Parts: sequence; structure tokens; C-alpha cells
Amino acid sequence: MRAASDPRHPHLPGESGVWVFILGDMLMFAAFFIVFMFYRSEDVALYVKSQLTLNQHLGALNTFFMLTSSWCVAVAVEAARGARPRGAQGWLLAAMSCALGFVIVKFFEYREKILAGFTLTSNDFFMYYYMLTGLHLMHVLLGLGVLAYLWQCLRTPAGDTTLRTLESGASFWHMVDILWIVLFALLYLVR
Amino acid sequence: MSQILKLRITWLWVFLIVATIASWEFGHGLGFGENVRLSTTAVLVIAFIKARMVILDFMEVRHAPLGLRLALEAWTVLVAGTLLVLYWQAG
Repeated sequence: MRAASDPRHPHLPGESGVWVFILGDMLMFAAFFIVFMFYRSEDVALYVKSQLTLNQHLGALNTFFMLTSSWCVAVAVEAARGARPRGAQGWLLAAMSCALGFVIVKFFEYREKILAGFTLTSNDFFMYYYMLTGLHLMHVLLGLGVLAYLWQCLRTPAGDTTLRTLESGASFWHMVDILWIVLFALLYLVR
Repeated sequence: MSQILKLRITWLWVFLIVATIASWEFGHGLGFGENVRLSTTAVLVIAFIKARMVILDFMEVRHAPLGLRLALEAWTVLVAGTLLVLYWQAG
């Protein structure tokens, strides 16, 4: 099994194609973050007023779910490297449970907002809120599929190919985590 | 379980959770009293420190080829910097 800790031998986690996708996605979201902040600076009062209606507790709970899920996936990769595929599968299940928790919380959050009359067309803040969190939620759902696939891959003894696949999927999932860390700050906390 | 506690990533996770609670407090305007701008600056800086930690240690970019590491370090610094400039420029 490959150790990924020797600085003299850099190790690219996963497939290079996956990294092209990850970097592209991160650039796209970077543009969205900047566009959001640009328009916010043109009408601060509206954005602050709208933001006050968001449920920060649910936002924070989802941050907890994302960070924990990401950590579980990182531990799963360690377990697979240590030739403990059963352990790795267990950690992946824990990661999927957190991801599912995120989706459920998001459902209740959207429901709360829509019932209170805040929709995509309410104002610019809510347009960005639904667009950015919706796009992120799609990544979470895709990620759930990826984690399930990784779990399936670990049913056979983990060889180099399995490890590489695991690293690719894990890197994608960590990106979903990173994007949420910024979104939580930008949408729920910036005042 | 003791093996889990030995992992650097586990302590990192603890730090990330604590940092989230801290930024949540700043989001409520605590820490810098009524100075909303300083609180928000703290919120954004903490968010990008968290993002960088996930990039370096969960994603393992710390040990990735230099080009990838530089690209992601640049992403963190440039996005954080641009957001802070836009925030402080607002009236």
C-alpha cells in the first residue's frame, strides 16, 4: 500500500481527470462567490435584511454534517491503505449518514423558507441563496452516489486501482465540503 | 478507537468544529461587539483557513505535486482576498 506522506515523492490523490473536474468546479463556484459579494455590496441593506430570515442553526448543523462526513471519508481512505476494507466501508457508511443528514436538514430549511413566502423570485438575495445552495445540494446528491459506489468497490480486496478510485471519490467529496464551508460563511454569517 | 485518535485528521476535525462554533459566534456579532465589519472579516478569514485545512490535509494536497498545491493555495488566497476587498468597499 502506498504511503502518501513522503514529501520527496509527491503523490496525486486519485485520477488526474478528477482533478481537472474539481478545479473547474472550484473556479465556477469562485466566480459565483465573487458575483454574490459584488451585488451584495451594491445593496447591503436588502441582503442583510433577507439574511436575517435564514435559520443559522440549521446552517451550522449542516456545516457540522459536512465537516464530519469529510473527516469520515478521510479516515476511510486511511483504513483502506492499512488494508482494512471492512473498516473503510464502515467509515463510508458514517460519511453517507452525515450526507443524508445534510440533505434532510436542507429539505426542512427550504420548506421553512418557502412556507414563509421566500422563493427564488422574492429578491436578489434569495435568488442567489436558492441557486447557490441548490447547485451545492446537487453536488451533495452526486457525492452520495459516489460514496455508495466507493463502498461497493471495497467489497473486493483493495488493490492499487481500488485505492486510486477511493482517493478520486474522496477528493470530490472534500471539494463539496470546502464549497459548503465558504457558502455557510457567505450566505449565513457575513453581515 | 485509539488508532483514530492518533490520526492528525481527527484533531483537524476537532479544530474545524471549534472554528465553526467561533465563526458562528462572530456571525451573531459577538467577539467584536458592535463592529460588524471586523466580525465579518473574522468570519471570512476563518472560513478560508478551514477550507485550506481541508484542502491540505483531508484532500492530501500537502503531499500532491507542487502545481496542484499552488493552484489551490492561489484559489484560497485570491477568492478570500477578492471577497474581503468587495466587502470593505461597500458603503
